[in-house]
Amino acid sequence: MKLAGLAGAGMLAGALILAACGKKGPESNDILIGEFGALTGSIASFGQSTHKGVALAVEEVNAGGGVLGRKIRLITEDDQGKPEEALTAVTKLISKDRVSALIGEFASSNSLAAAPFAQQSRIPMVSHGSTNPKVTQIGDYIFRVCFIDPFQGEVMAKFARNTLKLDRVAILRDIKSDYSVGLADYFTKSFTALGGTVVADESYSAGDKDFNAQLTALKGKTPAAIFVPGYYTEVGLIARQARKLGVHAILLGGDGWDSDKLWEIGGEALNGSYFSNHYSVDNPSPVIQGFVEQFKARYDGEKPDALAALGYDAAKVLIDAIRRAGSDDPKAIRDSLATTQGFAGITGIISLNENRDAVKSAVVLEVKDGKFVYKETVDP
Amino acid sequence: MTAFLQQLLNGLSLGSIYALVALGYTMVYGVLRLINFAHGDVYMLGAFAGYYASKLLHGRLNGGLPEAAVILVVSMIACALVGMLIERLAYRPVRRASRLTLLIVAIGVSLLIENLAQIFFGADPKFFPQILPERMFEWRGVLFTNQQILVLATAVLLMAALTLFIRRTRTGKAMRAVAHNPDAARLMGINVNSIISLTFALGSALAAAGGILVSLNQPSIDPLMGLMTGIKAFVAAVLGGIGSIPGAVLGGLILGLAETFVAGYGSSTYRDAIAFFILIIILLCKPEGLLGKGQVEKV
Repeated sequence: MKLAGLAGAGMLAGALILAACGKKGPESNDILIGEFGALTGSIASFGQSTHKGVALAVEEVNAGGGVLGRKIRLITEDDQGKPEEALTAVTKLISKDRVSALIGEFASSNSLAAAPFAQQSRIPMVSHGSTNPKVTQIGDYIFRVCFIDPFQGEVMAKFARNTLKLDRVAILRDIKSDYSVGLADYFTKSFTALGGTVVADESYSAGDKDFNAQLTALKGKTPAAIFVPGYYTEVGLIARQARKLGVHAILLGGDGWDSDKLWEIGGEALNGSYFSNHYSVDNPSPVIQGFVEQFKARYDGEKPDALAALGYDAAKVLIDAIRRAGSDDPKAIRDSLATTQGFAGITGIISLNENRDAVKSAVVLEVKDGKFVYKETVDP
Repeated sequence: MTAFLQQLLNGLSLGSIYALVALGYTMVYGVLRLINFAHGDVYMLGAFAGYYASKLLHGRLNGGLPEAAVILVVSMIACALVGMLIERLAYRPVRRASRLTLLIVAIGVSLLIENLAQIFFGADPKFFPQILPERMFEWRGVLFTNQQILVLATAVLLMAALTLFIRRTRTGKAMRAVAHNPDAARLMGINVNSIISLTFALGSALAAAGGILVSLNQPSIDPLMGLMTGIKAFVAAVLGGIGSIPGAVLGGLILGLAETFVAGYGSSTYRDAIAFFILIIILLCKPEGLLGKGQVEKV
């Protein structure tokens, strides 16, 4: 009896799946753009922010009549911040929803997992925040609107060496993340070229909660600063445990720190730390303040972080390319994306170079009582 | 020398977390011969129960030790109930089936709890409130906090209490009888179902205590936090000799120390790899675990 019931349920489920597969895409005249990001998971605050930025840009364009006389429809998939889920999400967006272009991901490891399928299917993909150089090397359909890690590593190395005048710096990297490993390598290269010494190079894995062993080992080398190019969840715990162990070195990091959760988890232990980022919400430029106001009005007074700004820029660059291409054919969109020059975005003037990377400036922010205070701008 | 002592302390503090969780594994195994894979998830539920309890209580108690104690008790009771519920709904119906069936049910329960937790709690990490004010101590350059001491002391204390409970009380005797032979125990007038229920309640309450104590130390909790801790605690229990209570604590401490010393003096990149390599060597030499007897000891 039980078995028969199970078999019946199985057949019903199978029929439902078949029915779902047989369904054709929407008949409407909308231009379909797929977005994939970490709406849940350990880096969910990134996915939530970028999604808000992307959605705001799409709503804005649609309110102004759309592009090429057609509305844009955004289809968003959650990849939980996991590389394997990112590939699943992109496979669904391309094979089932038949989108014309893709926006995503923020984390480099996730973009690297998904990009080969986009490239193979000849669907252009614009990453808002993946800074690892390997991402756009996957192929000529992969673009990004942010700077890359060699530049970001150089920015923090210069800042540590020239502005803070530090000699001895240690590194604590996340070996599971392509982003963190790349950034640590580029930082080391630039910092030693500038005459500084990297006194220790330790590592951890994303998801770890105990960093005491590594921090105690670092403490013995007495670095003046520790470069931690990881994501905010671990960085918050690292800061806390470092202070408990009596490690008072300045903490330095990259754009993976940019989240309100950073302060929530790390608290006062983070005061006086610095990280590089794509833009500062405090920048007085009217373009940026206009965007900040618009964003706050749409999302109940929430301030846009750099990820929201990058998401907005990625969507705007893509929509601009569709407009210039005069069609939603993926190949035409790709060709017009490749010729993006001098696009005035929120995170700077975006010109894509021959490697399909954006060339633009970075800012250094200081963590101060829960706020990220603008420190300096570094040009490429 | 200072660095060595500090690493020793780091290792003990990490190991006592594994020990706390390993106690629950070993208890359930001792009675039911079941690897309760959902144990790590009960540990996670304990942390979340504490998180929501402290949100509810916020401002009603003065904080400090009394509030921490109330939160600990609430979360232990909540998890004891969850543990009994899991046993009643998932394990009891298949208790007479093959061991493989039980094992697969256990994995299923674990996945179910993890995914339900992601839906209900949200998958992003949450900050666990600092209900117990932290105090730092220094001894010859070695730094430690009251919370680290608390975790270690609790693990050792619970181990002692559990051993006493099982060796000296009538209920403990009944537990040992059920572990030895459930059918003979039933003939002797022992209510086997309620003894097994009690085992799960105790084991789950221990996991909840572990979840709260760990979250005080490392205040970031998420629905998948039980996954890695669960695996490591399971390894600790096997290393110490599964079914043996002092073995679970010893195994946990050895695993914590191995990980810490590998990261501190070897390579942090290969921390888990080298630590687990050491475990494989130990198990090759002594397959029944450090304190396990050839014929696995019953609780």
